[in-house]
Formats: sequence, structure tokens, C-alpha cells
Amino acid sequence: MVAKKSVRSASGKVRRVIVVGGGLAGLTTVMKLCEAGVAVDLFSLVPVKRSHSVCAQGGINASVNTKGEGDSPQVHLEETVYGGDFLANQPPVRGMTEAAPGIVFMLDRMGVTFNRTPEGLLDFRRFGGTLFHRTAFAGATTGQQLLYALDEQVRRYETLNVEDDQGVSIPGEKRVRKFEFWDFLSLVLDDNGIARGIVAQDLKSMDVKAFAGDAVCLATGGPGIVFGRSTNSVINTGTAAAAVYQQGACYANGEFIQVHPTAIPGADKLRLISESARGEGGRVWVPRDPNEKRPGKDVPESERDYFLEAKYPGYKNLVPRDIASRELFRKCFHDKRGVFNRRSLKNENEVYLDVTHLPKDTLRKKLAGILEIYEKFVGEDPYENPMRVFPAVHYSMGGLWVDFERSASGSLVMGSPRNHATNIAGLYAAGEVDYQYHGANRLGANSLLSCIYAGMVAGPAIATYVKNLPNSSYDMPASMLEKAETRERSKYETILKMDGPENPYQVHAELGEMMLVDCTIERHNPTLDGVLAKIEELTDRANNVNVLDTSSKSNQAAQFTRHMFNMLALARVIAQGARNRDESRGAHFKPAFPERNDPEWLRTTLAIHRPGDDNHHGIQYVRSLDYEVGGQRVHVTDGVDTSLVRPRPRKYEQAGAASTAATNV
Amino acid sequence: MSEKKVRLKVRRQDSAEAKGTQRWEEFDVPWKPQMNVISALMEVQKNPVTATGSKTTPVVWEASCLEEVCGACTMLVNGKVRQSCTALVDQLAPDGQTITLEPMSKFPLVRDLIVDRSRMFEALKRVHAWIELDGSHELGPGPRQSQENQEEAYPLSRCMTCGCCLEACPQINESSAFIGPHAISQVRLFNLHPSGKMHATDRLTTLMDEGGIGDCGKAMTCQEVCPKEIPLVDSIAQVSRAVTKQLLFGWLMR
Repeated sequence: MVAKKSVRSASGKVRRVIVVGGGLAGLTTVMKLCEAGVAVDLFSLVPVKRSHSVCAQGGINASVNTKGEGDSPQVHLEETVYGGDFLANQPPVRGMTEAAPGIVFMLDRMGVTFNRTPEGLLDFRRFGGTLFHRTAFAGATTGQQLLYALDEQVRRYETLNVEDDQGVSIPGEKRVRKFEFWDFLSLVLDDNGIARGIVAQDLKSMDVKAFAGDAVCLATGGPGIVFGRSTNSVINTGTAAAAVYQQGACYANGEFIQVHPTAIPGADKLRLISESARGEGGRVWVPRDPNEKRPGKDVPESERDYFLEAKYPGYKNLVPRDIASRELFRKCFHDKRGVFNRRSLKNENEVYLDVTHLPKDTLRKKLAGILEIYEKFVGEDPYENPMRVFPAVHYSMGGLWVDFERSASGSLVMGSPRNHATNIAGLYAAGEVDYQYHGANRLGANSLLSCIYAGMVAGPAIATYVKNLPNSSYDMPASMLEKAETRERSKYETILKMDGPENPYQVHAELGEMMLVDCTIERHNPTLDGVLAKIEELTDRANNVNVLDTSSKSNQAAQFTRHMFNMLALARVIAQGARNRDESRGAHFKPAFPERNDPEWLRTTLAIHRPGDDNHHGIQYVRSLDYEVGGQRVHVTDGVDTSLVRPRPRKYEQAGAASTAATNV
Repeated sequence: MSEKKVRLKVRRQDSAEAKGTQRWEEFDVPWKPQMNVISALMEVQKNPVTATGSKTTPVVWEASCLEEVCGACTMLVNGKVRQSCTALVDQLAPDGQTITLEPMSKFPLVRDLIVDRSRMFEALKRVHAWIELDGSHELGPGPRQSQENQEEAYPLSRCMTCGCCLEACPQINESSAFIGPHAISQVRLFNLHPSGKMHATDRLTTLMDEGGIGDCGKAMTCQEVCPKEIPLVDSIAQVSRAVTKQLLFGWLMR
């Protein structure tokens, strides 16, 4: 038998790991695998350079403490778990905050065009939920710059050959092979339920094909499109996560959906205006007089209500997003104080986000990217006029459940095959698609960090898993792949034959509208019951759609029909999770249960797909999980590891409340 | 009831091979406030029927971010190359004029408005558009850089590989192997970086061969169409000078 650690399988094939998704998390995982000598097949819906990470604007957090404020990874840890209302397991968060300065330095070495101080050091700005300058940034297009830097490193690996066990290069076997414009359909599972590869579809030729892989890592991002219009890219349907969930992967904390307070309302998408606008001094206000008709810039200072500053003098405009969004929502919907729109000639559900008082040069150097978006889409100059914004669905704290191995110091054991492992052996998840780092509410500029850190952890974890795998997926009988391929091809052919009266895009539009209105900022149990009933009704209609297009090239309608079914599955998990959780915590807010309830609900929601169980819409919520990884049996419960920072109520009215370790703010 | 409509005229073709299926189709979709070309195309998906009432398939196009940072949705809108997400209906057709959509012409067609832009990513491989990183392990802070350097590099780093500059460049045609302005500008970007500079010669050398910088015809149309206003002409001039210097004096520096 060939040594387990060999580059080749017993049958002589180059062993590869499959990474699905080429945003920050996926690319970092690929890079780490390559550094560990593991070859990778990288699948993506779009050329990886067009992944959704490109939309991130404001920056990436790291407590480098170059501003003499006494910031530290410990403070970053405390503020992150406090901002997340204590639902995050704390060891992974500690690992992340401790690694953050090194990650930002690495990105700088890769050539990210971070803004600089006069001394040539990295500059940092403020973001939500902290009083420290902790966010490194490249203008207001930081996600784009970070994505490109990692894309470039992975492209370099695309040009390099795999080396065999003696270090001799194998011609024709590149370290990374990219499969762009491919849609993930399902995992290939062996008889023991171990992930052995994937089935995917070429979105140009529409060919369905199975690929072997010694492990699979999903880095496929969030499910924002379940809510119709959001700040997310149109590719973020959550389809891959939904597919593996329906194959047995546990989905955790699905009900925690972040609504970002400041976005531009639009017909196709709600475009984000980054928190960095407030980090640089932007202020949120509405006119004191609800009948005010003058343009924002003509309303005198004394007639403006800076309502966040008034209610939260400690953190002002930089309270965490869940709180800011609720306040904006309350102002518009409950108090009817939305500002007058001179185009529609009525008061809209919008508030002012004002940066006009800031120096133009600062705006140009630090915020041009977002101000340009506002100008292009609204047709108004934000340097002169307060912007009009409203909250929008932005990020999923929930996602595929993943494990971690805690070190003695309360951080992570790097290289443990448990890190970022799902409950399906051989399946890993990293990035927004995992649930790991943000608890009930994510702090701004922690998502770029968590995506990259997840990749830094998942890469070595997968490398360990693969090196200890007793038999390579490349040595399994060919029938295993063929069976999976045949199953998926026949599912696709079923979709092509759908000729009912319903339109899949219309069904999705109705799902999105309902989820947006009834399942975001404020949640009410009777409404949620209605949402769940309506999801069933929409599923019936989904089963009666017309595929609209039966052609064999670039058939987007057939692909979308598949995504529609998967979005319905995730919508159920989100809505049922919200229905069950009778408390308010972070982004999950029920006016009927306004308090956080730690004795009953300081626990992770664990959803398992159980088709046919009609009691809870085919979902079983479990209190513990048993799974096996690398020959080790693991038992985990839904309890949250809060051993590093003791849970306490959040009080953003008081400056410095988010961290007891902060001494110099 | 006369609802306000938007008229789209779309160039369609079922696949690269099926040349016979090339055709124009027109659609009337309901107008909405703040509508862009993409949301108009989304209405076609919800009701794939032409203006004359014939059933058809939904139009296919590439899109991702819808806020002009990913570069996916580039096409010809009223004959001009641009991202369709920022193409606002009220600006294009204030009085209900027809909006014409065509695929870019300088790339192989895939279907309808989708073309194959892989040559652009291959070009980035050719010019080594990356920093030669020792590894992703912790090596302390990166090199210090002046604010001036950052302000020169940042606009260059916003290139989305969208294809506008290649579409507008007369040197991109069937009888030329010209690599395209985007890749040349990336050479400038990486040769600006303190450690990227260490491999400047390698990158310059990649532009000396066929299809390299010598093939630029100085039409300067690239910069006019760049949605991110990247100073491409300046990049080409700078890289061109560096390549010439390398060709003339490179042997002295060995």
C-alpha cells in the first residue's frame, strides 16, 4: 500500500481536495492547502475575482494598536463576543483576534493598497461596537483589494506544477485547477457517509459531472438572496449550503440574519453604504419636524434629530448594526419620521446619513468608493447632500455547523482535523457559510477577518484530515462517482421537463418579499407561523413551475429553478429557527420577548433535515451531535463555550461597556 | 390602463455554434423607480414574452455584485461598452426610448449577452500579476510605504477585469495578439510595490514579446471607457518607458 501521506493515491492519481467557492475564505483555504503540499480543484459559480467578497467596503479588524490607544487582541475578543450577544463559542473568536494582526500584515505583504499614515504605517479607522481605531482599509473598497490579493496568490499556484514525494514536478498537474462557471449540486458520499467528492454542473455546456476529492470544503458565502433584495450579490443564494444540509449537514443559528442599517433602496438590490462612513465621522439624523420638506442640506443644525447620538451617548453612531438597524426601523415605521423624498414627493422609509461636514479631501481619500456608488445610483452628490439610506439584509451569522478543538490556553489547536469540520466526515466549511465567529450579531469589519481566518484554520485542518485518510477517494470504485452523477443528472432532467403554470423567478420574488418584511428586524410569532405556512404554499407552487428554457447552453432558468428549491429549504430553517427562539438576542428581536434569556436560550440552534417530519416543516432541532472525524468520535452539545468572557447584558449607552479590559479609551 | 413601459432591444444568439439563431428581440417591461438595465432584464425573466407577444426564453447575461465592483455585467448598452448595473433606465431613456443591449464583440460569444473573457485572466498569468510571497506564515509587518505611493497604486488596484478597455481598443482584433491595457496597468501596479519591484524585470520582459506593449497603437480609447477611471494611458506610457530602458540598458545591469 502506498503511504497515506503520499501525493498520489494507490492507483497513481494525484490526490486533490475540492474547495467550492473562491471568495476570501475559499481562496485562503486554497492557499493554505497549497502551502501544505495538497493539490486543489477550485469550483466557483463565477470567475473567482467576481466573488461577493468584492463588495466588502469598510475594512478588516486587527488590534495592531499603532494609535497609542491600548488596544489588544483581548479587547477585540471581548468586544466581538459582547457585540455578538454572547452566542459565539469563544475559543475560535480568541484564535481569530490573536491572529488578526498577522493576517493584516500578510495582506500588506501581498500588496494590498492599504491606506497609510504619514510615517508609512498602516492606517486604521473606527468601526461599530468599539471605541478603538482597529480597522485597516484600502479606501472604501477593502474587500475588493483583499479578494484580488488572494486571487493573485492563487493564480500563481495555477501556474505551478504539483511536486511528487521526491519533490520532482509532475508535468500537466497544476497545484490549483480552477473550474469557474460551475454550480455545486451535491456531495458524493460513500457507503459510510464520508464525503468523497462532489457533483457539479458546467454552467456553459450544462454538463453534469462528478469529481473525486479527498475532502471537500464549502466556502460558498451567505444566503442573502433568500430575502430577495439585499446587499448581497445575485449569486448568494445559499444553494450549496442548502444542498449539503439536505444531505445531512447540520445548519446552525440560521435565524441570525444581520440587517445593515445603511443601504440605498433599489429595485434590484439594496446597495450598501459602509459603516466606515460613520467610522470617519458620518452622522445619522432625521428632521425634528416630520413635515419638513426642505432638502436635507438646507435643514439647520438645530432642527435635526441625531437620534443615535442622543440615545447611545457611549457609542453614538457606531453602535452595533443590530441596534442601529432597529433604531432606524423604529424611526421610520413606528414613529413615522422617515424623511421627505423630493422625487416621490412623500415621506419615505429613509433617514439621512450625513458626511457633508467632513473635509472633502478626507472623503476622497478614505470613502470615495462608496460615495461613488451613491452618486452613480442615486444621481445626487453625497459630498454636498446628506445621503438617504435604510436598513437592508446583509449577512448571515448562522450557517453550516462546524466544530473546533480548544487548546489549553482557550484558543484553537491549529491543524486539528476537527477545526471547521461539519458533522459529515470529509466536509468542511469556511467563511460566511459557517456559523462560527459572530454569535448573534457580527461587528463591522470582522467578516473579512473571519473569512480569512477561517481559511487559515480550515486549510491546515483539511491537510491533516487528508494525510490521515486510510484510503483515498481516488481509489474508490468508479461506480461511486457514476451513481452520484446519474442521480444528479436525472434530477436536472426532471427540472428541464417542468412545464407547469408558475414562473420560478416570480415564486422567488414572493418568497424574498415575505422574508424581508416578516422575518428580519422585528419578528412576531403569529407572523412567523404565517411565513412558514406560506413557504409550504410557495413550495407547492415551486413544484409547478415552468422551467422557461430547455436549451443545452447557459441555461440560467433551469439553474435558477434548482436554486429556488434550495432557497425554500433555507427559508424554512431561518423562519422555524426564529419561531422557536422565544427571546431577543443580537439580530433576533421579538417584541413579545424583549429580553435575552440565557438560562433557556444561551445555546446554539442545531437544525437537521428530516424530510417527511411534518411537525416542524421537515426540520429536527437537536441538542447535541455525534460525528466522527479522523477516526475520532466526537460528541458536542448546543452549549456555548463562554469560558473566556462572562456573559453580561449589553449597554452601549455607556462608553467602554463592551470591554472590561479596555483601560485607555 | 397605460402603465409606463421600458423598451429593450436585445441581440440574442443561442450558442457560439448556432450562428443561425442570431436575432434581435424586443421586450416591454414595466417601469420602476431607480430601475437599471439589470432590473429591466430581471422583469424579462418573470415574463419571457417579446413585445410582439411571442413566447421566448429569458435573456441570459452575466451579473454578480450589481454595484459596479465585480465587473461581471459588462455589455454594449446603446452601443457603448459599460457595466449594465450602473446603466440607469431614466438616464438612458428619459422619454421611453428603446434601450439596445448587445454582447461585447471582442470576446468569443457564449450565449446572448455572455462572452468568454478568460483571455484577460490568462494575461494576468503571463505578466506575473502577483507578489512573489515567501508564504502566508507570520513574518511581521510589511514594508512601509509612503502615502504618495499608496495614492498612485490604489486606483490601479481597482481594475475589475471587466473588459471595457479591450472592447474599446482598436488593437484588439483577430489579426493581433495584443495583451490588452488592463494587464499592462497591472505591471505598473506590482512594479510600484516595494517587494513587487524586486521582480520588475521579469514582468517587463513578459511585455517584450509578441502581443506585448509594442502592439499598443496609442489610440487612448481604453482610458475613456474605463468605469473606474484608471489612468491606463499613463500606465502604458510608464511601462513602455521602463520596457525601453530595460531593452536598451538591461544588459548593463546584469
